[in-house]
Amino acid sequence: MTFTLASSLEEALDAVAAGATPIAGGTDLVVAARGGRTPLPESLVAIDRIPGLDTVTTHEGGLRLGATVSHATIASHPDIVRYFAGLADGSALVGSPATRNVGTIGGNVMNASPAMDTGAPLVVLGASVELASVAGTRVVTVDDLWTAPGVTSASSDELCTAVLLPAQPENSASAYVRLEYRRAMEIAVVGAATRVVLDGDGAVTSVDLALTAVAPTILRVTALDVAGSSIAAAADAAREAASMQATPISDIRASDSYRRHTVGIMAGRAVEAAAGRAAGEQISVPVNRAFGIGAPA
Amino acid sequence: MTESYTLTVNEVAYSIVADAQRSLLSVIRGEVGLTGTKEGCDDSECGACMVLVDGRPVNSCSYLAVQAQGRAITTIEGLASGDALHVLQRNMLEEGGVQCGFCTPGMIMSAHALLDQNPDATEEDIRLGLAGNLCRCTGYAGIMKAVVRTAREGLSTDS
Ligand SMILES: Cc1cc2nc3c(=O)[nH]c(=O)nc-3n(C[C@H](O)[C@H](O)[C@H](O)COP(=O)(O)OP(=O)(O)OC[C@H]3O[C@@H](n4cnc5c(N)ncnc54)[C@H](O)[C@@H]3O)c2cc1C
Ligand code: FES
Ligand code: FES
Repeated sequence: MTFTLASSLEEALDAVAAGATPIAGGTDLVVAARGGRTPLPESLVAIDRIPGLDTVTTHEGGLRLGATVSHATIASHPDIVRYFAGLADGSALVGSPATRNVGTIGGNVMNASPAMDTGAPLVVLGASVELASVAGTRVVTVDDLWTAPGVTSASSDELCTAVLLPAQPENSASAYVRLEYRRAMEIAVVGAATRVVLDGDGAVTSVDLALTAVAPTILRVTALDVAGSSIAAAADAAREAASMQATPISDIRASDSYRRHTVGIMAGRAVEAAAGRAAGEQISVPVNRAFGIGAPA
Repeated sequence: MTESYTLTVNEVAYSIVADAQRSLLSVIRGEVGLTGTKEGCDDSECGACMVLVDGRPVNSCSYLAVQAQGRAITTIEGLASGDALHVLQRNMLEEGGVQCGFCTPGMIMSAHALLDQNPDATEEDIRLGLAGNLCRCTGYAGIMKAVVRTAREGLSTDS
Protein backbone atom coordinates (compact mmCIF):
# COMPACT_ATOMS: atom_id res chain seq x y z
CA MET A 1 0.00 0.00 0.00
CA THR A 2 1.29 3.47 -0.82
CA PHE A 3 0.42 6.37 1.41
CA THR A 4 0.62 10.10 0.70
CA LEU A 5 0.04 12.74 3.35
CA ALA A 6 -1.19 15.60 1.15
CA SER A 7 -0.10 19.04 2.28
CA SER A 8 -2.09 20.89 -0.38
CA LEU A 9 -5.29 20.42 -2.34
CA GLU A 10 -3.28 20.25 -5.59
CA GLU A 11 -1.21 17.38 -4.22
CA ALA A 12 -4.35 15.52 -3.17
CA LEU A 13 -6.05 16.09 -6.54
CA ASP A 14 -2.96 14.78 -8.36
CA ALA A 15 -2.96 11.71 -6.13
CA VAL A 16 -6.64 10.88 -6.74
CA ALA A 17 -6.13 11.52 -10.47
CA ALA A 18 -3.39 8.88 -10.28
CA GLY A 19 -5.79 6.42 -8.65
CA ALA A 20 -5.37 6.98 -4.90
CA THR A 21 -8.37 6.74 -2.56
CA PRO A 22 -8.86 9.69 -0.20
CA ILE A 23 -8.88 9.12 3.53
CA ALA A 24 -10.07 11.81 5.94
CA GLY A 25 -10.72 10.46 9.46
CA GLY A 26 -10.79 6.84 8.36
CA THR A 27 -13.73 6.04 10.67
CA ASP A 28 -15.51 4.36 7.76
CA LEU A 29 -12.54 3.32 5.60
CA VAL A 30 -10.21 1.93 8.27
CA VAL A 31 -13.00 0.46 10.37
CA ALA A 32 -14.30 -1.38 7.28
CA ALA A 33 -10.83 -2.94 6.96
CA ARG A 34 -10.69 -4.19 10.55
CA GLY A 35 -10.81 -7.95 10.81
CA GLY A 36 -9.91 -8.14 7.11
CA ARG A 37 -13.45 -7.38 5.93
CA THR A 38 -12.76 -4.87 3.15
CA PRO A 39 -9.01 -4.57 2.58
CA LEU A 40 -7.64 -1.04 2.42
CA PRO A 41 -7.08 0.26 -1.12
CA GLU A 42 -3.61 -0.13 -2.66
CA SER A 43 -3.02 3.60 -2.66
CA LEU A 44 -4.25 6.12 -0.09
CA VAL A 45 -4.00 9.90 0.12
CA ALA A 46 -4.68 11.49 3.50
CA ILE A 47 -6.53 14.81 3.16
CA ASP A 48 -6.76 15.72 6.85
CA ARG A 49 -3.75 18.11 6.77
CA ILE A 50 -4.80 20.25 3.84
CA PRO A 51 -4.80 23.83 5.13
CA GLY A 52 -8.23 25.46 5.17
CA LEU A 53 -10.16 22.28 4.34
CA ASP A 54 -11.37 22.04 7.95
CA THR A 55 -12.86 25.50 8.27
CA VAL A 56 -16.40 26.85 8.38
CA THR A 57 -16.82 30.12 6.47
CA THR A 58 -19.73 32.28 5.33
CA HIS A 59 -20.76 31.81 1.72
CA GLU A 60 -23.50 33.62 -0.23
CA GLY A 61 -25.51 34.30 2.92
CA GLY A 62 -25.12 30.69 4.06
CA LEU A 63 -22.16 28.59 5.17
CA ARG A 64 -19.40 26.66 3.47
CA LEU A 65 -18.17 23.69 5.47
CA GLY A 66 -14.77 22.43 4.36
CA ALA A 67 -14.80 18.68 3.70
CA THR A 68 -12.70 17.80 6.74
CA VAL A 69 -14.83 19.71 9.24
CA SER A 70 -15.53 17.19 12.02
CA HIS A 71 -18.87 16.15 13.48
CA ALA A 72 -17.67 17.59 16.81
CA THR A 73 -17.22 21.01 15.18
CA ILE A 74 -20.61 20.85 13.45
CA ALA A 75 -22.42 19.87 16.66
CA SER A 76 -21.00 22.85 18.54
CA HIS A 77 -20.48 25.57 15.92
CA PRO A 78 -22.67 28.55 16.97
CA ASP A 79 -23.81 29.46 13.42
CA ILE A 80 -24.61 25.86 12.53
CA VAL A 81 -26.50 25.30 15.79
CA ARG A 82 -28.40 28.53 15.27
CA TYR A 83 -29.24 28.49 11.57
CA PHE A 84 -28.83 24.84 10.54
CA ALA A 85 -29.81 23.07 13.76
CA GLY A 86 -30.99 19.91 12.00
CA LEU A 87 -27.46 19.27 10.74
CA ALA A 88 -26.04 19.81 14.24
CA ASP A 89 -28.68 17.35 15.54
CA GLY A 90 -27.34 14.75 13.10
CA SER A 91 -23.63 15.24 13.79
CA ALA A 92 -24.21 15.27 17.56
CA LEU A 93 -25.60 11.72 17.35
CA VAL A 94 -22.65 10.19 15.49
CA GLY A 95 -20.83 7.42 17.41
CA SER A 96 -18.92 8.58 20.47
CA PRO A 97 -16.82 11.66 21.29
CA ALA A 98 -13.86 9.96 19.55
CA THR A 99 -15.90 9.21 16.41
CA ARG A 100 -17.14 12.79 16.27
CA ASN A 101 -13.63 14.21 16.68
CA VAL A 102 -12.16 12.09 13.90
CA GLY A 103 -15.11 11.61 11.53
CA THR A 104 -15.67 14.33 8.93
CA ILE A 105 -18.63 15.71 7.01
CA GLY A 106 -16.88 14.93 3.71
CA GLY A 107 -16.37 11.32 4.76
CA ASN A 108 -19.99 10.98 5.87
CA VAL A 109 -21.33 12.42 2.64
CA MET A 110 -18.99 10.51 0.29
CA ASN A 111 -19.43 7.22 2.13
CA ALA A 112 -23.10 7.49 1.05
CA SER A 113 -24.61 5.12 3.59
CA PRO A 114 -28.44 5.17 3.58
CA ALA A 115 -28.14 5.36 7.39
CA MET A 116 -25.83 8.40 7.42
CA ASP A 117 -26.98 10.96 9.97
CA THR A 118 -26.05 14.14 8.11
CA GLY A 119 -27.85 13.06 4.93
CA ALA A 120 -31.48 13.82 5.69
CA PRO A 121 -30.66 17.21 7.28
CA LEU A 122 -28.54 18.18 4.27
CA VAL A 123 -31.40 17.31 1.91
CA VAL A 124 -34.00 19.43 3.72
CA LEU A 125 -31.54 22.33 4.07
CA GLY A 126 -30.99 22.29 0.28
CA ALA A 127 -27.27 21.57 0.57
CA SER A 128 -24.83 20.97 -2.26
CA VAL A 129 -21.35 19.56 -2.41
CA GLU A 130 -18.38 21.01 -4.20
CA LEU A 131 -16.49 18.36 -6.16
CA ALA A 132 -12.98 19.15 -7.41
CA SER A 133 -10.62 17.33 -9.75
CA VAL A 134 -7.54 18.31 -11.73
CA ALA A 135 -10.00 19.24 -14.50
CA GLY A 136 -11.93 21.77 -12.40
CA THR A 137 -14.69 22.18 -9.86
CA ARG A 138 -18.44 21.55 -10.04
CA VAL A 139 -21.29 21.83 -7.57
CA VAL A 140 -23.99 19.14 -7.26
CA THR A 141 -26.97 19.05 -4.94
CA VAL A 142 -26.95 16.28 -2.36
CA ASP A 143 -30.14 14.89 -3.98
CA ASP A 144 -28.09 14.26 -7.12
CA LEU A 145 -25.05 12.94 -5.25
CA TRP A 146 -26.31 9.70 -3.70
CA THR A 147 -27.28 7.11 -6.29
CA ALA A 148 -27.22 3.77 -4.42
CA PRO A 149 -25.98 2.42 -1.06
CA GLY A 150 -22.31 3.44 -0.86
CA VAL A 151 -22.36 4.94 -4.35
CA THR A 152 -22.19 8.60 -5.42
CA SER A 153 -22.33 10.37 -8.76
CA ALA A 154 -18.80 11.69 -8.17
CA SER A 155 -16.09 10.11 -10.27
CA SER A 156 -13.10 8.44 -8.65
CA ASP A 157 -10.77 11.34 -9.49
CA GLU A 158 -12.99 13.87 -7.72
CA LEU A 159 -12.58 15.05 -4.16
CA CYS A 160 -15.36 16.59 -2.15
CA THR A 161 -13.88 19.90 -1.05
CA ALA A 162 -16.88 21.43 0.71
CA VAL A 163 -20.51 21.12 1.70
CA LEU A 164 -22.50 24.28 0.91
CA LEU A 165 -25.45 25.31 3.08
CA PRO A 166 -27.59 28.00 1.43
CA ALA A 167 -29.23 30.86 3.31
CA GLN A 168 -32.50 29.63 4.86
CA PRO A 169 -35.94 31.22 4.48
CA GLU A 170 -37.22 33.66 7.13
CA ASN A 171 -39.22 32.07 9.97
CA SER A 172 -37.78 28.64 9.29
CA ALA A 173 -35.84 26.04 11.26
CA SER A 174 -34.78 22.43 10.92
CA ALA A 175 -34.54 19.35 13.13
CA TYR A 176 -33.33 15.76 12.83
CA VAL A 177 -34.73 12.96 14.96
CA ARG A 178 -33.50 9.38 14.82
CA LEU A 179 -34.77 6.21 16.40
CA GLU A 180 -31.97 4.62 18.37
CA TYR A 181 -31.99 1.81 20.93
CA ARG A 182 -29.20 3.42 22.99
CA ARG A 183 -27.82 6.92 23.20
CA ALA A 184 -24.32 6.41 21.79
CA MET A 185 -22.38 4.12 19.46
CA GLU A 186 -25.58 3.54 17.53
CA ILE A 187 -26.67 3.43 13.91
CA ALA A 188 -30.00 4.97 12.94
CA VAL A 189 -32.80 2.41 12.99
CA VAL A 190 -34.67 5.09 11.05
CA GLY A 191 -34.47 8.88 11.07
CA ALA A 192 -36.25 11.96 9.76
CA ALA A 193 -35.19 15.54 9.12
CA THR A 194 -37.47 18.45 8.41
CA ARG A 195 -37.24 22.10 7.61
CA VAL A 196 -40.39 23.94 8.54
CA VAL A 197 -41.22 27.44 7.30
CA LEU A 198 -43.90 29.29 9.28
CA ASP A 199 -45.91 32.31 8.19
CA GLY A 200 -46.24 35.36 10.43
CA ASP A 201 -49.26 33.90 12.26
CA GLY A 202 -47.69 30.61 13.28
CA ALA A 203 -49.32 28.52 10.55
CA VAL A 204 -47.17 26.41 8.26
CA THR A 205 -45.95 27.71 4.91
CA SER A 206 -43.98 24.62 3.89
CA VAL A 207 -42.38 21.45 5.20
CA ASP A 208 -39.40 19.71 3.62
CA LEU A 209 -38.95 16.15 4.80
CA ALA A 210 -36.21 13.55 4.22
CA LEU A 211 -35.78 10.10 5.71
CA THR A 212 -32.85 8.00 6.91
CA ALA A 213 -32.41 4.22 6.60
CA VAL A 214 -35.70 3.44 4.88
CA ALA A 215 -34.55 3.32 1.22
CA PRO A 216 -31.35 2.60 -0.77
CA THR A 217 -30.38 6.26 -0.35
CA ILE A 218 -31.58 9.12 1.82
CA LEU A 219 -35.20 9.58 0.72
CA ARG A 220 -36.78 12.96 0.03
CA VAL A 221 -40.53 12.82 0.70
CA THR A 222 -42.47 14.37 -2.16
CA ALA A 223 -45.88 16.01 -2.58
CA LEU A 224 -46.15 17.15 1.02
CA ASP A 225 -48.52 20.07 0.56
CA VAL A 226 -49.25 21.55 3.96
CA ALA A 227 -49.39 25.28 3.16
CA GLY A 228 -51.75 27.05 5.54
CA SER A 229 -52.20 24.14 7.91
CA SER A 230 -51.55 24.09 11.64
CA ILE A 231 -48.35 22.61 13.00
CA ALA A 232 -50.27 19.63 14.36
CA ALA A 233 -51.89 18.98 10.99
CA ALA A 234 -48.54 19.31 9.23
CA ALA A 235 -47.01 16.81 11.67
CA ASP A 236 -49.85 14.38 10.91
CA ALA A 237 -49.35 14.81 7.17
CA ALA A 238 -45.59 14.26 7.56
CA ARG A 239 -46.19 11.12 9.63
CA GLU A 240 -48.48 9.67 7.00
CA ALA A 241 -46.36 10.63 3.98
CA ALA A 242 -43.17 9.26 5.57
CA SER A 243 -44.71 5.88 6.34
CA MET A 244 -46.30 5.72 2.87
CA GLN A 245 -43.21 6.61 0.86
CA ALA A 246 -40.62 4.64 2.85
CA THR A 247 -39.41 1.37 1.26
CA PRO A 248 -37.53 -0.14 4.19
CA ILE A 249 -35.83 -3.52 4.46
CA SER A 250 -35.88 -5.98 7.36
CA ASP A 251 -32.58 -6.70 9.02
CA ILE A 252 -31.24 -7.63 12.43
CA ARG A 253 -31.99 -4.15 13.74
CA ALA A 254 -35.66 -3.83 12.77
CA SER A 255 -38.33 -5.31 10.53
CA ASP A 256 -39.61 -3.46 7.49
CA SER A 257 -43.03 -2.87 9.05
CA TYR A 258 -41.50 -1.54 12.28
CA ARG A 259 -39.30 0.81 10.27
CA ARG A 260 -42.25 1.98 8.18
CA HIS A 261 -44.25 2.73 11.31
CA THR A 262 -41.50 4.39 13.33
CA VAL A 263 -40.18 6.56 10.50
CA GLY A 264 -43.59 8.22 10.52
CA ILE A 265 -43.31 8.87 14.25
CA MET A 266 -39.86 10.37 13.76
CA ALA A 267 -41.14 12.56 10.91
CA GLY A 268 -43.98 13.91 13.07
CA ARG A 269 -41.62 14.67 15.92
CA ALA A 270 -39.15 16.34 13.59
CA VAL A 271 -41.91 18.65 12.34
CA GLU A 272 -42.91 19.54 15.91
CA ALA A 273 -39.29 20.24 16.89
CA ALA A 274 -38.45 22.26 13.77
CA ALA A 275 -41.68 24.26 14.08
CA GLY A 276 -40.89 24.91 17.75
CA ARG A 277 -37.46 26.18 16.82
CA ALA A 278 -38.88 28.31 14.02
CA ALA A 279 -41.26 29.86 16.56
CA GLY A 280 -38.31 30.75 18.79
CA GLU A 281 -38.42 27.85 21.26
CA GLN A 282 -34.98 26.83 22.57
CA ILE A 283 -34.59 23.11 21.84
CA SER A 284 -30.99 22.11 22.35
CA VAL A 285 -28.90 19.90 20.09
CA PRO A 286 -29.41 16.98 19.66
CA VAL A 287 -33.19 17.17 19.72
CA ASN A 288 -33.29 13.40 20.39
CA ARG A 289 -32.61 14.16 24.08
CA ALA A 290 -35.70 16.38 24.36
CA PHE A 291 -37.80 13.44 23.14
CA GLY A 292 -36.03 11.04 25.51
CA ILE A 293 -35.18 8.66 22.65
CA GLY A 294 -32.73 5.84 23.50
CA ALA A 295 -32.31 4.18 26.87
CA PRO A 296 -31.38 6.62 29.63
CA ALA A 297 -27.61 6.81 30.07
CA MET B 1 4.28 -1.02 1.60
CA THR B 2 6.69 -0.05 4.37
CA GLU B 3 6.75 3.56 5.44
CA SER B 4 9.34 5.41 7.55
CA TYR B 5 8.06 8.19 9.75
CA THR B 6 8.30 9.73 13.20
CA LEU B 7 5.67 9.40 15.90
CA THR B 8 5.69 11.62 18.97
CA VAL B 9 4.32 9.67 21.90
CA ASN B 10 4.22 11.26 25.35
CA GLU B 11 6.59 13.95 24.06
CA VAL B 12 9.23 11.45 22.92
CA ALA B 13 9.97 11.08 19.20
CA TYR B 14 10.16 7.52 17.86
CA SER B 15 11.43 6.53 14.40
CA ILE B 16 9.01 4.02 12.98
CA VAL B 17 9.48 1.71 10.02
CA ALA B 18 6.25 -0.19 9.53
CA ASP B 19 3.66 -1.22 6.97
CA ALA B 20 1.38 1.71 6.11
CA GLN B 21 -1.68 -0.38 6.97
CA ARG B 22 -0.68 -0.77 10.64
CA SER B 23 -3.03 0.79 13.17
CA LEU B 24 -1.80 3.35 15.66
CA LEU B 25 -2.62 0.82 18.40
CA SER B 26 -0.44 -1.88 16.87
CA VAL B 27 2.48 0.53 16.36
CA ILE B 28 2.23 1.96 19.90
CA ARG B 29 2.24 -1.53 21.41
CA GLY B 30 4.49 -3.34 18.94
CA GLU B 31 7.02 -0.74 17.78
CA VAL B 32 7.04 1.97 20.44
CA GLY B 33 6.73 -0.72 23.11
CA LEU B 34 4.15 0.96 25.34
CA THR B 35 1.58 -1.68 26.28
CA GLY B 36 -0.67 0.33 28.59
CA THR B 37 -3.03 0.97 25.67
CA LYS B 38 -5.22 -2.12 25.27
CA GLU B 39 -6.76 -3.99 22.37
CA GLY B 40 -10.32 -5.04 23.16
CA CYS B 41 -12.33 -5.38 19.97
CA ASP B 42 -9.86 -3.98 17.39
CA ASP B 43 -13.02 -2.65 15.72
CA SER B 44 -13.84 0.81 17.09
CA GLU B 45 -16.51 -0.48 19.48
CA CYS B 46 -15.05 -0.75 23.00
CA GLY B 47 -12.69 2.17 23.65
CA ALA B 48 -9.95 0.08 25.32
CA CYS B 49 -7.48 1.49 22.77
CA MET B 50 -8.32 5.17 23.42
CA VAL B 51 -5.35 7.53 23.15
CA LEU B 52 -5.19 11.29 22.71
CA VAL B 53 -4.09 12.78 19.40
CA ASP B 54 -3.47 16.50 19.80
CA GLY B 55 -5.45 16.25 23.04
CA ARG B 56 -8.55 14.69 21.54
CA PRO B 57 -9.70 11.08 22.05
CA VAL B 58 -9.09 8.65 19.19
CA ASN B 59 -9.78 4.90 18.88
CA SER B 60 -6.20 3.93 18.04
CA CYS B 61 -7.20 0.47 16.76
CA SER B 62 -9.01 2.08 13.84
CA TYR B 63 -6.66 4.96 13.07
CA LEU B 64 -3.68 4.53 10.76
CA ALA B 65 -0.38 5.11 12.54
CA VAL B 66 1.04 6.93 9.49
CA GLN B 67 -1.81 9.42 9.77
CA ALA B 68 -0.66 10.34 13.30
CA GLN B 69 2.79 11.55 12.26
CA GLY B 70 3.44 15.15 13.21
CA ARG B 71 0.74 15.04 15.88
CA ALA B 72 1.14 14.79 19.67
CA ILE B 73 0.07 11.36 20.90
CA THR B 74 -0.62 10.81 24.59
CA THR B 75 -1.07 7.36 26.08
CA ILE B 76 -1.86 6.28 29.62
CA GLU B 77 1.90 6.10 30.29
CA GLY B 78 2.09 9.85 29.65
CA LEU B 79 -0.14 10.80 32.59
CA ALA B 80 1.75 9.68 35.71
CA SER B 81 4.83 11.64 36.69
CA GLY B 82 7.45 9.16 37.83
CA ASP B 83 5.91 6.98 40.50
CA ALA B 84 3.20 9.53 41.34
CA LEU B 85 -0.13 8.55 39.84
CA HIS B 86 -2.22 11.10 37.96
CA VAL B 87 -5.27 12.25 39.93
CA LEU B 88 -7.57 10.32 37.56
CA GLN B 89 -5.58 7.13 38.12
CA ARG B 90 -5.60 7.59 41.88
CA ASN B 91 -9.32 8.34 42.00
CA MET B 92 -10.12 5.30 39.84
CA LEU B 93 -8.30 3.11 42.36
CA GLU B 94 -9.79 4.79 45.43
CA GLU B 95 -13.39 4.85 44.14
CA GLY B 96 -13.47 1.24 42.97
CA GLY B 97 -13.41 2.15 39.29
CA VAL B 98 -10.95 -0.66 38.52
CA GLN B 99 -11.58 -4.40 38.62
CA CYS B 100 -9.78 -6.38 35.90
CA GLY B 101 -8.34 -3.07 34.68
CA PHE B 102 -8.58 -3.79 30.97
CA CYS B 103 -10.87 -0.85 30.19
CA THR B 104 -9.13 1.49 32.63
CA PRO B 105 -6.47 3.11 30.40
CA GLY B 106 -9.07 3.89 27.74
CA MET B 107 -11.57 5.18 30.31
CA ILE B 108 -8.93 7.45 31.80
CA MET B 109 -7.89 8.85 28.43
CA SER B 110 -11.52 9.64 27.51
CA ALA B 111 -12.13 11.18 30.93
CA HIS B 112 -8.95 13.22 30.60
CA ALA B 113 -9.96 14.60 27.21
CA LEU B 114 -13.43 15.46 28.52
CA LEU B 115 -12.31 17.24 31.69
CA ASP B 116 -9.54 19.03 29.84
CA GLN B 117 -12.13 20.46 27.43
CA ASN B 118 -14.90 20.92 29.98
CA PRO B 119 -13.61 21.27 33.57
CA ASP B 120 -17.18 21.83 34.82
CA ALA B 121 -18.53 18.62 33.29
CA THR B 122 -21.77 17.45 34.90
CA GLU B 123 -22.60 13.79 35.55
CA GLU B 124 -24.59 13.80 32.31
CA ASP B 125 -21.60 15.26 30.42
CA ILE B 126 -19.39 12.56 31.90
CA ARG B 127 -21.76 9.75 30.89
CA LEU B 128 -21.84 11.06 27.34
CA GLY B 129 -18.07 11.68 27.37
CA LEU B 130 -17.41 8.06 28.34
CA ALA B 131 -20.09 6.68 26.00
CA GLY B 132 -17.47 5.10 23.70
CA ASN B 133 -15.82 3.12 26.50
CA LEU B 134 -17.16 -0.25 27.62
CA CYS B 135 -16.46 -1.94 30.96
CA ARG B 136 -17.35 -5.59 31.52
CA CYS B 137 -16.64 -5.59 35.26
CA THR B 138 -17.53 -2.58 37.36
CA GLY B 139 -21.07 -1.68 36.36
CA TYR B 140 -19.68 1.83 35.81
CA ALA B 141 -20.71 3.24 39.22
CA GLY B 142 -17.13 3.33 40.57
CA ILE B 143 -15.87 4.83 37.32
CA MET B 144 -18.51 7.56 37.48
CA LYS B 145 -17.61 8.34 41.09
CA ALA B 146 -13.93 8.59 40.20
CA VAL B 147 -14.50 10.96 37.28
CA VAL B 148 -17.07 13.08 39.13
CA ARG B 149 -14.57 13.40 41.99
CA THR B 150 -11.81 14.37 39.56
CA ALA B 151 -14.06 17.02 38.03
CA ARG B 152 -14.58 18.43 41.51
CA GLU B 153 -10.92 18.29 42.51
CA GLY B 154 -9.57 19.49 39.16
CA LEU B 155 -7.61 17.59 36.56
CA SER B 156 -4.29 19.08 37.55
CA THR B 157 -4.55 18.37 41.29
CA ASP B 158 -1.28 16.96 42.64
CA SER B 159 -1.50 13.36 43.76
C1 LIG C 1 -17.99 3.60 16.23
C2 LIG C 1 -18.55 4.32 15.03
C3 LIG C 1 -19.80 4.91 15.12
C4 LIG C 1 -20.34 5.58 14.03
N1 LIG C 1 -21.56 6.15 14.17
C5 LIG C 1 -22.10 6.82 13.13
C6 LIG C 1 -23.38 7.43 13.27
O1 LIG C 1 -24.00 7.39 14.33
N2 LIG C 1 -23.88 8.10 12.19
C7 LIG C 1 -23.20 8.19 11.02
O2 LIG C 1 -23.71 8.81 10.08
N3 LIG C 1 -21.99 7.63 10.85
C8 LIG C 1 -21.43 6.94 11.88
N4 LIG C 1 -20.21 6.35 11.72
C9 LIG C 1 -19.55 6.39 10.42
C10 LIG C 1 -18.45 7.46 10.24
O3 LIG C 1 -17.91 7.85 11.47
C11 LIG C 1 -18.96 8.72 9.51
O4 LIG C 1 -19.52 8.37 8.28
C12 LIG C 1 -17.84 9.75 9.31
O5 LIG C 1 -18.40 10.99 8.98
C13 LIG C 1 -16.88 9.35 8.20
O6 LIG C 1 -15.89 10.36 8.08
P1 LIG C 1 -14.34 10.02 7.93
O7 LIG C 1 -13.64 11.29 7.72
O8 LIG C 1 -13.87 9.18 9.04
O9 LIG C 1 -14.38 9.14 6.58
P2 LIG C 1 -13.29 8.17 5.94
O10 LIG C 1 -13.38 6.83 6.54
O11 LIG C 1 -11.95 8.82 5.90
O12 LIG C 1 -13.88 8.12 4.44
C14 LIG C 1 -15.13 7.53 4.16
C15 LIG C 1 -15.29 7.37 2.64
O13 LIG C 1 -15.40 8.62 2.01
C16 LIG C 1 -14.30 8.86 1.13
N5 LIG C 1 -13.92 10.26 1.37
C17 LIG C 1 -13.61 10.82 2.58
N6 LIG C 1 -13.43 12.14 2.44
C18 LIG C 1 -13.62 12.41 1.12
C19 LIG C 1 -13.56 13.61 0.34
N7 LIG C 1 -13.31 14.80 0.91
N8 LIG C 1 -13.80 13.52 -0.98
C20 LIG C 1 -14.07 12.31 -1.57
N9 LIG C 1 -14.16 11.16 -0.88
C21 LIG C 1 -13.93 11.21 0.43
C22 LIG C 1 -13.26 7.84 1.49
O14 LIG C 1 -12.47 7.48 0.38
C23 LIG C 1 -14.12 6.68 1.98
O15 LIG C 1 -14.60 5.96 0.90
C24 LIG C 1 -19.62 5.66 12.81
C25 LIG C 1 -18.35 5.07 12.73
C26 LIG C 1 -17.82 4.41 13.82
C27 LIG C 1 -16.46 3.79 13.71
S1 FES D 1 -9.84 -1.93 20.61
FE1 FES D 1 -10.24 -0.04 19.69
S2 FES D 1 -12.29 0.33 20.16
FE2 FES D 1 -11.97 -1.69 20.91
S1 FES E 1 -12.52 -3.14 34.96
FE1 FES E 1 -12.68 -4.91 33.76
S2 FES E 1 -13.44 -4.11 31.89
FE2 FES E 1 -13.57 -2.43 33.18
